[in-house]
Amino acid sequence: MKSLLLILIPFLGAILSALWPSNRTRPLFLPVFALAHTLLAFWFLTRPPGFDPAAWLAFDPLARAILPGVSLLFLACAVYAVSYLRLHPQDNRVFVAALLLVLGLLSAGHQARHLGILWIATEAVTLAAVPLIHFLGTPRAFEATWKYLLVGGTGIALSLLGSICLGYASLHGGGSGDITFTALLEHGPLLSKVWVLAAWVLLLVGYGTKMGLAPMHTWKPDAYGEAPCVVGALLSGGVTSCAFLALLRAYHISVAAGEAAYVCRLLLFMGLLSMATASLFMVGQRDMKRMLAYSSVEHMGILVLGLGLGSSALFGTLLHVVNNGLTKGVLFLSAGNIHRAYHSKSTEQVSGAMQRVPLSGTLFFLGFLAITGSPPFGPFISEFLILNGAFRSGRMVVGALFLILLLIVFIGMGATVLKIVQGRPSIAARKTSYRDTVLSGAPILALLVLVLLIGVILPAPLAALINDAVRYLEGQP
Amino acid sequence: MNEILNLLTGLAVGLNLLALGTSRLRLLIRAVAAQGVLLGLLPLLLEHGAMDWQLVFITIATVAGKGFIIPTLLHRAMRTANIARELEPFIGYISSLLLGAAATIAAVVIAQHLPLFPEHVGSLLVPGAIALILTGFILLIGRTKAISQVCGYLILENGIYLFGLLLIHATPMLVEFGILLDVTVGIFIIGIIVDRIQRAFDSLDTRKLTALHE
Repeated sequence: MKSLLLILIPFLGAILSALWPSNRTRPLFLPVFALAHTLLAFWFLTRPPGFDPAAWLAFDPLARAILPGVSLLFLACAVYAVSYLRLHPQDNRVFVAALLLVLGLLSAGHQARHLGILWIATEAVTLAAVPLIHFLGTPRAFEATWKYLLVGGTGIALSLLGSICLGYASLHGGGSGDITFTALLEHGPLLSKVWVLAAWVLLLVGYGTKMGLAPMHTWKPDAYGEAPCVVGALLSGGVTSCAFLALLRAYHISVAAGEAAYVCRLLLFMGLLSMATASLFMVGQRDMKRMLAYSSVEHMGILVLGLGLGSSALFGTLLHVVNNGLTKGVLFLSAGNIHRAYHSKSTEQVSGAMQRVPLSGTLFFLGFLAITGSPPFGPFISEFLILNGAFRSGRMVVGALFLILLLIVFIGMGATVLKIVQGRPSIAARKTSYRDTVLSGAPILALLVLVLLIGVILPAPLAALINDAVRYLEGQP
Repeated sequence: MNEILNLLTGLAVGLNLLALGTSRLRLLIRAVAAQGVLLGLLPLLLEHGAMDWQLVFITIATVAGKGFIIPTLLHRAMRTANIARELEPFIGYISSLLLGAAATIAAVVIAQHLPLFPEHVGSLLVPGAIALILTGFILLIGRTKAISQVCGYLILENGIYLFGLLLIHATPMLVEFGILLDVTVGIFIIGIIVDRIQRAFDSLDTRKLTALHE
């Protein structure tokens, strides 16, 4: 029950910050409550891993493996947001409160062990993110918010439908209507097959929309492109990992119901389709934030592909969730600094970022190397493990396609990134007032160090946590 | 009981065709509101024994939300946006109607192939729900005005609600959670109204939302 604090503390922060009168000091709520959340999450990791299987919300092995990473990402974003909001003097009451609300709801989503609670948390995150995407208030931000709501709302409606189908599957198989994951898993082989398959397709489409899998990704480039970079980092590192976890739990139940072959085939297809779509749009992309959005589509594809490979790639897939979240933080936050230094996010105006903003430019470049899977960064290890899983399970074609698509993405993204960081900054860009500061640079540097650490030594506690999660998914206590 | 239930569901499916065939937004909003009220009354019919406070809550919340609050907001949005008709839909009205009819037939066929409890076999709950969901998608895809799309989303949501009624005795919670979807719709409409006040784009035509593209 103590793990409820992970949800309640951010909610408390949201309420307090909404009541706080001063616009200037309100952003300080973010780092304070984010730090409390992170400390609490890591303190829970030192406790023994037991949890009440009948509870609706619990810090179970999956949440233990993923949530601390999300908490670290939020902490970095929170520190960064203080410097960001100083440059945007408009009213930030709703923005700060909604950010903390998102943290609380993400904690709830990661810990949900009940089909209905999981859905409600994801739905609420979708709604809480609306004022965040619309923060800048431009017509383009409005357009992005509208698309986000319409596509995301449809996705979330379909995932409710999928949850209802799964509930009916359990009822039809003789269940009592208990839709906690524990009950559904125990009940696995008895679940009505047709309904499980219907539920799986609907949940894949529904939560896949939240993750941004192709072809349901259309909201993503717009929302990530127009939202403040802090929000982009949180959406691509936190909300997507919450939606992936939802999919992971649905996968767990479908496999327990004996539908592994069908489920995995669909996952492999969606994964490759997302990677292919993303690679097509990344070649020649001129807008750096949209490029990052497509990179997010690509990595959601990698996650789903890894899941589709089954147990041989589970470790790599879960590790990649953590890596992707932290690395997306590096990329979005440094892209935000570059955006402010140039007042533009198009490669037509942005060049020579390494000269104009040396720290952010370098971090952006290193972030690019990390996300495309170059050694010695974390994503290299996890992508290599997924590739290894593909070949070990005998899926040579999938492995080969995976490699080819990664290569295309590397080339496409590399061309855009090099245009941004190399060369000489234009005269106009030299005159803007933005300079790298400690507050806007240190959080990014910290995230990059973490990504590097995972790549170089893969900390033993992290490996142990992920191994626990893998064992949990494979049904061994 | 089952006859009344089937009658109400049948009427709700009939309102689909009205929604698909009209270009007048006022009529579209009325059809969707009437559908919401019809469906909102169903939980009371499904009740076998004593009145349950949860069922009463679901009924009141659904009828008030779908039947009154959302339609009022939609009318308000229509007035602030100063539009009364959907003039250039992606999918024409006759084609929409034909698609809608095909969707309804498909719904009946699909429902026959699903394993159901004996008490659900004769009822129109499942085919009605599938027909509503498919109709919602036709409107979402086939209309260009934001208000028509919101109505399509509402019909989709009504279908999911109808589906949820299958579980109303076992897990009433899932049906209650569905009410949150109404909140989503509320945010859609408030977005439209707020935007009209800010005058960011002129005719509420979602085709004009094209500044963001490749």
